[in-house]
Amino acid sequence: MKRTITLASALLVSTMLAAGAAGAKTLVYCSEGSPENFTPALNTTGTSLDAARPVFNQLVEFERGSTNVVPSLAEAYEVSPDGLTVTFKLRKGVKFHSGVNGFTPTRDFNADDVLWSFERQWKADHPYNKVSGGAFDYFNDMDMPNLLKSIEKVDDLTVKMTLNEPNAPILANLAMDFGTIESAEYAKFLLDKGKPEEFDQLPVGTGPYQFVAYQKDAVIRFKAFDAYWGGKAKIDNLVYAITPDATARYAKMKAGECHVMGYPNPADLEAMGKDEGLNLMHQAGLNIGYLALNVKKPPFDKKEVRQAINMAIDRDSILKEVYQGAGQKAKNLIPPTIWSYNDAVKDYEYNPDKAKELLKAAGVETLSSDLWWMPVQRPYNPNAKRMAEMMQADLAKVGITVELKSYEWGEYRKRLQAGEHQMGLLGWTGDNGDPDNFFFLIGCTGAREGGQNISKWCDQSFEDKLQQAKKLSEKADRAKLYEEMQVIAHEEAPNVTIAHSTVYEPVSKKVSDYKISPFGRHEFYGVDIAE
Amino acid sequence: MFRFLLRRLALTVPTFLALMFVTFMMIRMVPGDPIEVRRGERGISPERLAELRHEMGLDQPIWKQFVDYVWGLAHGDFGVSIITKNPVLQEFLTLFPATVELSVCALLFAVIIGIPAGVIAASRRGGVYDQSLMGLALTGYSMPIFWWGLILILLVSNTLGWTPVSGRVDLIKYYYPSVTGFMLIDSLLSGEKGAFADAVRHLILPTIVLGTVPLAVIARMTRSSMLEVLEEDYVRTARAKGLAPYRVIGIHALRNALIPVVTVIGLSVGSLLAGAVLTETIFSWPGVGKWLIESIGRRDYPALQGGILLISSIVIVVNLLVDLTYGLINPRIRHAR
Repeated sequence: MKRTITLASALLVSTMLAAGAAGAKTLVYCSEGSPENFTPALNTTGTSLDAARPVFNQLVEFERGSTNVVPSLAEAYEVSPDGLTVTFKLRKGVKFHSGVNGFTPTRDFNADDVLWSFERQWKADHPYNKVSGGAFDYFNDMDMPNLLKSIEKVDDLTVKMTLNEPNAPILANLAMDFGTIESAEYAKFLLDKGKPEEFDQLPVGTGPYQFVAYQKDAVIRFKAFDAYWGGKAKIDNLVYAITPDATARYAKMKAGECHVMGYPNPADLEAMGKDEGLNLMHQAGLNIGYLALNVKKPPFDKKEVRQAINMAIDRDSILKEVYQGAGQKAKNLIPPTIWSYNDAVKDYEYNPDKAKELLKAAGVETLSSDLWWMPVQRPYNPNAKRMAEMMQADLAKVGITVELKSYEWGEYRKRLQAGEHQMGLLGWTGDNGDPDNFFFLIGCTGAREGGQNISKWCDQSFEDKLQQAKKLSEKADRAKLYEEMQVIAHEEAPNVTIAHSTVYEPVSKKVSDYKISPFGRHEFYGVDIAE
Repeated sequence: MFRFLLRRLALTVPTFLALMFVTFMMIRMVPGDPIEVRRGERGISPERLAELRHEMGLDQPIWKQFVDYVWGLAHGDFGVSIITKNPVLQEFLTLFPATVELSVCALLFAVIIGIPAGVIAASRRGGVYDQSLMGLALTGYSMPIFWWGLILILLVSNTLGWTPVSGRVDLIKYYYPSVTGFMLIDSLLSGEKGAFADAVRHLILPTIVLGTVPLAVIARMTRSSMLEVLEEDYVRTARAKGLAPYRVIGIHALRNALIPVVTVIGLSVGSLLAGAVLTETIFSWPGVGKWLIESIGRRDYPALQGGILLISSIVIVVNLLVDLTYGLINPRIRHAR
């Protein structure tokens, strides 16, 4: 049934496209996979979120190419002095896409859509809560159910969010994809038709591009939305060519079959850099790869031992071999692209002799430990096994005998969170660009068994600052606290911070104004292409 | 004939049941939970995990899950993909035409080139032609598909610019609806100028890559089977009667030599589908092979079970048809008990 509907809409649009084809600008993005669906709140993978993003807006959004939060569907917002309420003034005259799946909106975007979108994720009795499986991972992971006390409609263009406690990062949370605003009217339209599941497959939004058609594993098509509130996009047709193999993506770039691609093969980077037709853009990724030292397992409870391990590991070699140069040595938990990065912190130098001295001073003559490596490739760690082997060799030089260990990914994570390991590799990719989104990883809340702080380190002065920074609304005040926290974390060394990987994106020279997103997003509004 | 068919059909039932059971159990033996495997660094709280497992019925004892699954199948319900929440059958049917189109083209390519090549090699046994042909066939047979595909892309598409790199249609130039799912047909239906040629161009490389192994197998099989038949008395008689060589080889020998070749063709349907997994990935071909591989990575139990079951039933049916064609080629088999 759904196929026939897609077909009907495809037929309709194809005639429209054919009519306006002459001189139309088309940009093809070689994406890496098929989306699970088109409702961002349901998804967690970059592939799915990228696929839905052209269609939608949030109340506030990340400025393209940065982590700054700027107004979007809310043209202004105000945080009350006690930090407990945020009032959003909504933009007037914002249109929803018309003609997708037979839906024609009868009204502009308003507060009802905002309430609908958040309540779907929040309230079990919402008519769409269970539709499409209803796992709203990000909403829950960002702790929204505990943060939110209420969301109210003050009038059509005003929404008031009341929080249970002051929380500065919440605005950055709302700029994330789960904060996407969908059409309450379209939802009702489909519910009346008895086809609510189509809501997540054939999306209607307020975004710069309107959904045209999707063929699983082949292509997603969008066209510029004429009535977009921010002005019509410069590209008329946006096409995602689903191309799972990285080498094939590059071959397509070379043949001019696509103009932008994500996730290049590290082995191809050198050739891409020399390719005349391409700009190889790069940026430090919003991530960190680290080795956690479990302070609950002696002798890792001793600061000196942890510092010694920091000095014993040759991270320069790891960068060269494991990251193949596509990474930046990390001295802090947050990458330098996040505000409040403390550049004054002095990195541990590679010094096996000093490490031995420190170990001796701590009374550790011989030490055997396990070291866990992840069984999967992650953005912050392209080859955990190789990294673990190199660390094993480095640590042997200072008299530490290391046994390597690994489990299936789900099991691995669970056991690390339970604190079964002595040393373990893991990492993090930032969600919203707020420092809190990184530092909670070594806070006391996560240090409990099963928590995400896998070094199980809990330092009261660090924790106090972490909690305090969340409640302040002035960015400068918060930054000061985070800078101090980085000094503590460096001195106490619960982790060996290894690297922030670099994100590369080859872009055709025909394309202008493309910006790499620190979040690893692929965004095309504002991008232009030469015909 | 009817009894033969009936007996063969009856034999497929236990095959099918065993397959269902083995697939179901094997997927569950692979470590990794479909919910947990999708989570990032954050993981999932035990409460939430239990809740989601309950929703998907994964908290039921395994025999109960199996019984429910078989019950669903008996009612034509293949279940719903854990990832996309779409019905498995619908996903399969959306993707299957692409696989069929590619496999049929590859098989035709293999048969059209493989049989004549084998016949010629056999009729000039030991000659330069025979030796080089069989050398090539061996190379083709041992060619790693992934590597072969990438080499062809780099050479034919990137360097020579003769064919497109991947996909099924030029996305910038053409946009026509998918009516049948077969691009060769849809492009004709679209009425757009050049669309059919474009679809053909997109098929060339994947057809060659997927067809290479069966081509090699068919060529070698034809050759050895021909050699055997050419030794037979009736061939010698035909020759002695003074029949033209093409009649001896083409009619008297080839028809008899084809029986094992047809078996091989039938069996290669299975290996074609296996090869399709890699070929589809390299050429961004939206078929079931790629879909199955992704389902393994994601532990999408229903999609995997359904997909494997559907593909296997197709292989079973094709092999049944192959057995029936023996009868056409060689009437003696028809009468055998």
